[in-house]
Amino acid sequence: MTTSRARKIGARLGAAACVLAAVLSTAGCGWGRTVAEKEAADAASDGSTNAASCVDTSGDTIKVGFVNSLSGTMAISEQTVSDSLHMAVDEINAKGGVLGKKIQVVQQDGKSEPAVFAEKAKTLIEKECVAAVFGGWTSSSRKAMLPVFEADNALLFYPLQYEGMEASPNIFYSGAAPNQQIVPALDYLKEKGYKKLFLVGSDYVFPQTANRVVKAYAEGNGMQVVGEEYTPMGSTDFTTIVNKLKFSGADAVVNTLNGDSNVAFFKEYKASGLKADTVPVISMSIAEEEVSAIGVDNVKDQLTAWNYYQTLDNAQNKTFVKDFKAKYGQNRPTSDPMESAYTSVYLWKGMVEKAKSFDVDAVKKAADGVTFDAPEGRVKVDGENHHIYKTSYIGKIGSDKLIHTVWKSDGPIKPDPYLKTYDWAKSLSAGVESN
Amino acid sequence: MKHLTANEFATKYKPLVGAVIAIALIFLAPAVMSVYSLGLLSKYLCYAMVAIGIGLAWGQGGMLTLGQGLFFGLGAYVMAIHMKLEDIGPNQVPDFMSQYGITQVPGFWELFRNPVIAVIGVAAVPGIVAAVLGLAVFGRGVRGAYFAILSQALVAAFAVLLIGQSKTTGGTNGLNDFKGFFGYDLTDPANKRMIYYICAFLTLAMVLIVYWIRRSFIGNLIIGVRDQENRMKFLGYNPASIKVFAFSVAAMFAGIGGAMFVPVVGIISPSDISVTPSILMLAGVVIGGRTTLLGPLVGTLIIRFAETQLSEAYPSAWTYLEGLIFILVIAFVPMGLGQFKGVWPWIKEKLGIGVSGPVKAEAVKA
Repeated sequence: MTTSRARKIGARLGAAACVLAAVLSTAGCGWGRTVAEKEAADAASDGSTNAASCVDTSGDTIKVGFVNSLSGTMAISEQTVSDSLHMAVDEINAKGGVLGKKIQVVQQDGKSEPAVFAEKAKTLIEKECVAAVFGGWTSSSRKAMLPVFEADNALLFYPLQYEGMEASPNIFYSGAAPNQQIVPALDYLKEKGYKKLFLVGSDYVFPQTANRVVKAYAEGNGMQVVGEEYTPMGSTDFTTIVNKLKFSGADAVVNTLNGDSNVAFFKEYKASGLKADTVPVISMSIAEEEVSAIGVDNVKDQLTAWNYYQTLDNAQNKTFVKDFKAKYGQNRPTSDPMESAYTSVYLWKGMVEKAKSFDVDAVKKAADGVTFDAPEGRVKVDGENHHIYKTSYIGKIGSDKLIHTVWKSDGPIKPDPYLKTYDWAKSLSAGVESN
Repeated sequence: MKHLTANEFATKYKPLVGAVIAIALIFLAPAVMSVYSLGLLSKYLCYAMVAIGIGLAWGQGGMLTLGQGLFFGLGAYVMAIHMKLEDIGPNQVPDFMSQYGITQVPGFWELFRNPVIAVIGVAAVPGIVAAVLGLAVFGRGVRGAYFAILSQALVAAFAVLLIGQSKTTGGTNGLNDFKGFFGYDLTDPANKRMIYYICAFLTLAMVLIVYWIRRSFIGNLIIGVRDQENRMKFLGYNPASIKVFAFSVAAMFAGIGGAMFVPVVGIISPSDISVTPSILMLAGVVIGGRTTLLGPLVGTLIIRFAETQLSEAYPSAWTYLEGLIFILVIAFVPMGLGQFKGVWPWIKEKLGIGVSGPVKAEAVKA
């Protein structure tokens, strides 16, 4: 290599290094604050975070975000929630909007994958600058989104009944806590004199946590769990499990299976000669939508535990069902998750109007005591744990593919996600940190 | 004393020039992009790391691996376990474990508490698993479609295992809700930018490693095994060990990509690593051109960017659009965008322009 060439290359490299250094200094390099510093800063502030919000409240519209799985395995279920969310927004807009602003919806697809939910939540908060987000279905989607909402101090309204043991300051849970679905179901079984329970569920967090509650309840209430079986999601082989069930001496089954597995389970149950009037199955995940998918012949006269049925007899529900069918088709049933999602939009509206502001901290402060006459009956927000007071209904599946109430709780039940108020549940909440 | 023209300079110092351009682009990105977009770019880069490895194993080595999610997942879970332990501190268990009544973290968690072991582990664990697996299957001459099916079955089994062992792996929920990355607050934009730089420079390092492998003698061996395995055997080489090498390198790249995915996205769960995501990891490689050096990287960045844009703009129709893109690519450019490499010289030849040399020279001058 000649010296001139070397010099030339050297000069070019030098120039490149200069450019690099210039870019470097403008780009800004180096680590920011540590976790310890953040915690110290949080402790020093009064609890209200000062994360910069980009929500635009100057115009005559206000943006909200929906994140539902429109593709993937959960799409069939989550599309219905998206539909009822849209219906609620359309209704509110027709009546003048919120604080005089029309609601503008930004819909995103969660793709049935938790990581996508987290990404789209970020899109809605940081890029679209929405005032609140509605959606999520599976526990994993909620768990994935939770850190995003907490880091950005944004609001999520989560519509599903779930396993509890959670109360994020940035999430409002409009579905049932365990003490509003699982516990009433067990109260009902106890009242009817069932003593020996068989538990069957899909292998994921909701069934497992639900069954821990069932076992603790049984222990504290003189009942007995005679079998507990889990199958992988989507499993369709229930020969062994139903055989075990038949010879376990169980007088009732608590079913937390999800999706397709229910079809196989109920077919096998029927084929083995078991009957709803001798060994009833009480299901936590079968709503009106699922009844027709499973086949009404397979599940007729079985029990369900929810906080809403299409058949509820009140004025709000009649309007809700009529409007939904008018908008989306006469053959579309309405179900608990849909109703809960619909209600959550109105609850947000109530909170914003009470706060007279779209600001997240103001909305959170105003949340306590906000009520709405929902299709399920009157609901009220608990400002402490961000869940809502809900009435519990035990239903029986009829041959009309609808579910008919056979038992209801004495008015709305106070939400208790950590089951702290139940003596038999002491062992459950021990060790679980509540915030 | 001949002065080099820009073209000659670029040809002679191609990798150096490429690296300088790449570094300039890496530092330029944070200056022009928002924190939100930078986060997305970091995620694309994590997938690009996997793709670069696939380019080596499949494009060069001929091993069609449909199960890179396995190695991606191993790296990710090692990192996630370390980050979780760091968050909760000693003698504590993550909240999902305490719900199951577990009071002490299991042994394989404790192993990755040490940050040094965790950093080594994200590459070493997938690398070792791939090596053991490779010795078992390549030694027996498993190849082609059989290997592809095997790799896919393994990743499916891994996802089932993670779900089944939910008491120690978090099950379908996976591991999430991380506060810090080696002590740095994940919500601070400055730290997000540093994580982006780490992703970007890891990607660059991987491209350079593959470049070096392709130019070295071992690169020739890998191609030799791909094209004429029996002839290589007659020449006295052991095809199995050459394949194991390429496969393990690809696995380590995937593991590192997975490890960076955790601080970038904030969650790792079985649905991020199972069969469908594993196939999507391949998509960028197909579109970019599997036999080229930069094809897998560029293809992955393009397809992931397109995925974000399409899904934001058309949430209910984007899956169809994505499918359409794949069909068009497979139908018209089966070797990926790398196929267009020959287009420019071809056009110039047709137009009668004599000067040849890479297009990049222009960029250097500017």
